[in-house]
Amino acid sequence: MLDKEMVKMLFEGVRDTCYMTLVSTFFGYLIGLPLGIFLTLTDKDGLTPNKAIYSLLDVIINITRSVPFLILLIVVMPLTKAIVGKSYGSTATIVPLTIAAAPLIGRMVESSLKDVGKGVIEAAVSMGAKTGTIVRKVLIGEARTSLLTGVAIVLGTVLGYSAMAGVVGGGGLGDIAIRYGYYRYETGIMLITLVFIIAVVQVMQGIGSFVAKKFDHRSK
Amino acid sequence: MNTSYIEIRNLSKKYTVKDNSVEALKGVSLTIPKNEIFGVIGLSGAGKSTLVRCINLLEKPDDGEVIIDGQNLLELSKQELRLKRQKIGMIFQHFNLLEQQTVLENVCFPLEIRRVPKAERKKKALEFLEKVGLADKANAYPSQLSGGQKQRVAIARVLTNEPEVLLCDEATSALDPETTKNILNLLKHIHDTMGITIVIITHEMRVIKEICTQVAVLDNGVVQECGSVKDVFENPQSKSAKRLLLIGETEEANYVG
Repeated sequence: MLDKEMVKMLFEGVRDTCYMTLVSTFFGYLIGLPLGIFLTLTDKDGLTPNKAIYSLLDVIINITRSVPFLILLIVVMPLTKAIVGKSYGSTATIVPLTIAAAPLIGRMVESSLKDVGKGVIEAAVSMGAKTGTIVRKVLIGEARTSLLTGVAIVLGTVLGYSAMAGVVGGGGLGDIAIRYGYYRYETGIMLITLVFIIAVVQVMQGIGSFVAKKFDHRSK
Repeated sequence: MNTSYIEIRNLSKKYTVKDNSVEALKGVSLTIPKNEIFGVIGLSGAGKSTLVRCINLLEKPDDGEVIIDGQNLLELSKQELRLKRQKIGMIFQHFNLLEQQTVLENVCFPLEIRRVPKAERKKKALEFLEKVGLADKANAYPSQLSGGQKQRVAIARVLTNEPEVLLCDEATSALDPETTKNILNLLKHIHDTMGITIVIITHEMRVIKEICTQVAVLDNGVVQECGSVKDVFENPQSKSAKRLLLIGETEEANYVG
């Protein structure tokens, strides 16, 4: 069952899965981090409350988060095609993955930043700090442990989504598991693939937790 | 001989939580002379925290004026207010240090806000850490310090801006009597050497007795009495002042006994 071909395929699967997960998470943060910051700032207890902006972002996030990933994958296919040039393969999967990850990341960032004590923020305001400085040094700086833990959680979730993309030929370990396990009834291969997926999640979570802890200087 | 420095005129502030509205300040007026250590005492709920937070506009009053050094803070633009705040230092009951930054980085923060070059920042921060007696803790994190040490760091941090006014919002309320005394001595030393006008908000009589020259008694959002500490303590006129004195005496008796 496990010939040379198969091993090569599994390793390519791991590579593709990591590629999709990491790149989508990266792009997801490019959108989600500012999103989370704006949510925190414009909320009614935030530094610059703005009900209109908050409600708008809130609704957009809730809508995108309510769409099941599998449906999202299909709905955004025209967009994927326009950006990547094709709608299958691991690079193409990055588009729906990013769209799914961004609102999730926005919420995670919002919740991390809102945990920062009001007192420190106030102290910075009393020193005459600009909002930008407060965001950078106080909000992100103080919430970094929670933000890094968030990254690990997002990676796990995005990896799960990426496996789902296997249904439409998304590439990576999920694709292998579905092709062999579901279409060809080769349960053995499917289980091996599953072990690989679990291993990748474990490694990502492990690194995430380690880094988060390393950068935490609050009282233990 | 003293010129008025902080002028608070007819300050009002109302909070509305759901259907309940609370009038925290009901037309408070105060004149705080330059170079004074001015105390505001009151029981919890008297409105004193709201009052001090209105001085640097952390809290926007509904009505009234706050004039510092001839400038009405409520008329300043956002940018002007930011710059003015750099000259109005504030320390807090819970210190409010950046937990993820070292002591030195914390003290550097106000200088970073003012875009002081890095090398100069560090030099100045160390100088002020020296002043509060914590130069050896420069690379420690706040979680490794005691409460009194944290407040010293907060004081060093606030001093790097060389403020003209220092607001202390219950700055010693989380500290034990011994540490309180040390911090108050430090504040007094800073006042004497740097010539800063200090406003101290507290519910503790002994804080006022220890370092203040003038005191205002706040109760129910109104200034009940205001004058030199000696006059108010020796010959209290208002009911609120008498009550506070009584509580103060009981506390003191408790420390001895």
